[in-house]
Amino acid sequence: MFHRIRKMIRYAFRPAARALLSRDLCFLSDGTGGKLIEFDPSSGSADLSRQASLYVHWPYCLRRCTYCNFNKYIPRENRDDLMTECLQRETETLLQLSQVSSITSVFFGGGTPSLAQPSTIAAVLNTVSRQVKLSEKAEVTLEVNPTPVGMSKLEDFYHAGVNRFSIGVQSLQDEDLKLLGRDHSAHQALQTIEEARRLCPGRVSVDVMFGRPKQTVESWESELSELLKVCDDHVSLYQLTLERGTQLFKQVQRGEVTVPADDVTAEMYQCARRTLQQHGFQQYEVSNFARHSAVSHHNMSYWKGRQYIGVGPGAHGRFALLEEGGVTREARTQTLEPDVWMCEVQQRGHGTRRRIKLSHLELLEEVLVMGMRMTEGIHHKHWELFCPELGLYEIFGTSIEVQEFLQSGKLILDTRGLRCSWEGLALLDSMLPALLVELERQISPRLQKDYAADGKTEKTSIM
Amino acid sequence: MLPVVRRCGETSLLKWISQSKIYKRTVQNHTTSHILMRQRRMKRFPVFSSSKKTIITRADKDTTDLSEFTTDRIRNFCIIAHIDHGKSTLADRLLEMTGAIAKSDRNKQVLDKLQVERDRGITVKAQTASLFYNHQGQQYLLNLIDTPGHVDFNYEVSRSISACQGVLLIVDANQGVQAQTVANFYLAFEAELTVIPVINKIDLKNADPERVGSQIEKLFDIPREECIKISAKLGTNVEKVLEAVVDRIPPPVARTDDPFKALVFDSSFNHYRGVIANIAVFGGQVRKGDRIVSAHLGKTYEVNELGLLRPEEHQTQGLSAGQVGYIIAGMKDVKEAQIGDTLYHREQPVEALPGFKPARAMVFAGMYPMDQSEYQGLRSAIERLTLNDSSVSVQRDSSIALGAGWRLGFLGLLHMEVFNQRLEQEYNASVIVTAPTVPYKAILSSAKLIKEHGSEEITIVNPVQFPDRSVVSEYLEPVVLGTIITPDTYTGKIISLCLSRRAVQKNMVYIDDQRVMMKYLFPLNEIVVDFYDLLKSLSSGYASFDYENAGYQSADLIKLDILLNGLPVEELTTIAHKDRAYTTGKAMCERLQDAIPRQMFEIAVQAAIGSKVIARETIKAYRKNVLAKCYGGDISRKMKLLKKQAEGKKKMRLIGRVEVPKDAFINVLKRDK
Repeated sequence: MFHRIRKMIRYAFRPAARALLSRDLCFLSDGTGGKLIEFDPSSGSADLSRQASLYVHWPYCLRRCTYCNFNKYIPRENRDDLMTECLQRETETLLQLSQVSSITSVFFGGGTPSLAQPSTIAAVLNTVSRQVKLSEKAEVTLEVNPTPVGMSKLEDFYHAGVNRFSIGVQSLQDEDLKLLGRDHSAHQALQTIEEARRLCPGRVSVDVMFGRPKQTVESWESELSELLKVCDDHVSLYQLTLERGTQLFKQVQRGEVTVPADDVTAEMYQCARRTLQQHGFQQYEVSNFARHSAVSHHNMSYWKGRQYIGVGPGAHGRFALLEEGGVTREARTQTLEPDVWMCEVQQRGHGTRRRIKLSHLELLEEVLVMGMRMTEGIHHKHWELFCPELGLYEIFGTSIEVQEFLQSGKLILDTRGLRCSWEGLALLDSMLPALLVELERQISPRLQKDYAADGKTEKTSIM
Repeated sequence: MLPVVRRCGETSLLKWISQSKIYKRTVQNHTTSHILMRQRRMKRFPVFSSSKKTIITRADKDTTDLSEFTTDRIRNFCIIAHIDHGKSTLADRLLEMTGAIAKSDRNKQVLDKLQVERDRGITVKAQTASLFYNHQGQQYLLNLIDTPGHVDFNYEVSRSISACQGVLLIVDANQGVQAQTVANFYLAFEAELTVIPVINKIDLKNADPERVGSQIEKLFDIPREECIKISAKLGTNVEKVLEAVVDRIPPPVARTDDPFKALVFDSSFNHYRGVIANIAVFGGQVRKGDRIVSAHLGKTYEVNELGLLRPEEHQTQGLSAGQVGYIIAGMKDVKEAQIGDTLYHREQPVEALPGFKPARAMVFAGMYPMDQSEYQGLRSAIERLTLNDSSVSVQRDSSIALGAGWRLGFLGLLHMEVFNQRLEQEYNASVIVTAPTVPYKAILSSAKLIKEHGSEEITIVNPVQFPDRSVVSEYLEPVVLGTIITPDTYTGKIISLCLSRRAVQKNMVYIDDQRVMMKYLFPLNEIVVDFYDLLKSLSSGYASFDYENAGYQSADLIKLDILLNGLPVEELTTIAHKDRAYTTGKAMCERLQDAIPRQMFEIAVQAAIGSKVIARETIKAYRKNVLAKCYGGDISRKMKLLKKQAEGKKKMRLIGRVEVPKDAFINVLKRDK
């Protein structure tokens, strides 16, 4: 029975993916592209506005994790079908608004997107490939809660078009999972990893959390080595942040729960970085590690300042509009609350709540802030793509503070570009304000000149 | 008998005032305060153009014939009391009984017009009310001059007293004589006024008027039989108070047929009507249209309006010897109605009255606008407020960390708090108030410096001006004589506290079988910050404290520098006594350690005397400061935070490489609330 369904799905959707190829050809014959778009898209400035990644938000969870302040909802009734329909419709709307001709990656996040029906995932992907090019090789990631139900659906998700799983393991200690309010056990997590690796070998990521209540550096080290035995080629490490309004925050406030001190979590971080390196994992971003080049292309495109379209309640996007000639990028936010969002999509045909035009400086600020999170930092060529008028040397070369960062070995500015040292990466947020001040100081006078020349104003609109 | 002490100082106030008692009162008066507040505002800022109406009403009453009140039928008196012993309640009752105000439950603190007075249950600004009282078939004019209960407002008290011949000294039948009662008594005693002791709150369950009577007898040498036992709240025996005022207080010595001579004992400014001066007529009479001269300035004015205060202004045709009232004579600036000035008729010059010694500031604090853009607004608010409170000294000052501001001098801590509260409440200004400091002195030894300053002795208000030991033969610090009255169970603890504050005991007596009065000589600096709070908390609120200035004494003072990674932070320089240098330095280092955010390098926070470091705290370097997650949806939030930090960075004060946020300075410099 199950088998037959899977088969049906495979039958129904794989061709859809394949159908892309024909679009692909059309695209090529347009003469606008000229080369086949790969995972790591070429960095020509024309491609910047023609390509985007797609984030799809599934807002529902079965329950609230004690530390989570994300935009998620415990549904009172099942409105999955309606949500699916709306996600499709909004995808269509936003793709049309943008001047994107190719989606380079798709990420289903949440919420708990593994609660969605595989058919929903397939339907959204189908919508995408009906409109723009979505290469069969494009990375399609789904966040998975490693519950038995989640695990049982992995194969169907795979057949629906998912080719990468990101598994929210969080901890291998059952007691801690309980405290965090997770609805799975360590054993179930291990099983889920195994199943995911079977389906997508080399394309499974695990999320783990450190800085948890009662955790010590030693317990973290042993937990990590246990994880390294079973994990695939990608690991994301997140330090638990106490977010205002969460249950855990209140527990800590009331003194019922204590979390490790700053110095301890700093040690946990450094220790994890060393351990992962020893096991062949390369850190490529503050919290992300990959072996055998299994980096997350979707996330890389955020850090490289590429366009992305966000679909679903509360989802954010950054892309230029087709009708406005694709000059300025907009920061877009979708309506937060799922029922309201769905209502808007149905009635108005879109769920965008806020649009803010990003100024040239704001775009550069994002490129800087996001780019510096990568171990490779910002290459000169990459910077030039966004800021042809002023190079990294010119912007940061004269600042006394930046000189101090360089001299103390926290920052590196060389022929490759600007990046953090191993030590500096952990301190990035202390350096960014200084870098931003310097960037503004160098860019603003130029902008004012331009502004005076063409008299353009920045627009903000609330929809 | 205790020595009669010359008083011109202040009393430490303190937080207990603003805590238990005051709040209790605030709650009770909540509704009333609001209603009366509005009336007060109307009066002070008559934006509702009510002045015309008022004039008509006044015209009706213009017929009041005051000529029947010859001086022998006039009594001028004031009420003095420790805080919350019932002064205002008694005033309310007296006003009701003499028909000055209608009898109502709403009459609470009728004379306390400022919101801060109602909030705190204190009187700040003296008010006056003329009462008509019929006693044994004779009509009397009783002038009640309300005084601030607190000796911080001593200058107000002495002004009021100078217009009186007698005082009602109120003592709570439950709490007994308190430190402020003693201070107030001596003030009246020194001015040779008749003192009528009144024991209030006899209706309370724990009232012990007998015990209080014997305290009064022992301390003030007044026979206990002279005490009038009342309940101002219920009105019990209040009639006897009025009788005593007539019988015991002598009438003013003033003759109607003398040339006109009046003392200005208070003044206020009204944007529409100009200066309103409160006067006590010492001789002769003055009428509307008269031409009068201010002895101080020699300027001539025409009397436009005058009358009694009942307590609202009540126009009359004239005022004569022994009477107390208000006068409006075309003065445009409060400086024209100098408090203590003498007024006389242009044609009949008289010898000026002795006047008052100007109030001397004893507690200094920096005041800065929260944001420099509010500087102008704050400036005009301070100007307006000082118009009616000439005792505040104002000096422009600027701090690298806090920007342009002022160094204000106050008579005492309560005075400072009240000023600050009025700024906030009446002018809606938000200010940073730095921890209070006291004026030190130095006797210079360097001939060059003496020439430069024009004198051997200099006063140091700002630590930056502190002269080096090498050019100074002696440093001096202000001292005060403090009075503490406490149940004897707490004496041990209180003595330890006083010793820890470098205090020297001068006297200790039992005022009854359970209560002790102690006198200590304190360096003023030791009590300006938290002494009162500690005293109150270790005595469960039972001990009371008051102080009076006692001059200066030689002191081993040092300049304490605060260093960040070896570099001095000018705005944190402090003057301290050598014995207190370590505790002061340590406390400042600790506060800075908490207030300066971690940075990428270690920061040494040190307190130093010259080149010698005496205290140190360390702010450890960040080892990790990077947000774990930053994906598409996190960018906006992250950028907003970073932009805010980048903006804040531009406003940071840089000490070497150390970035010090303004908040850190505020946290270290501001007065704790």
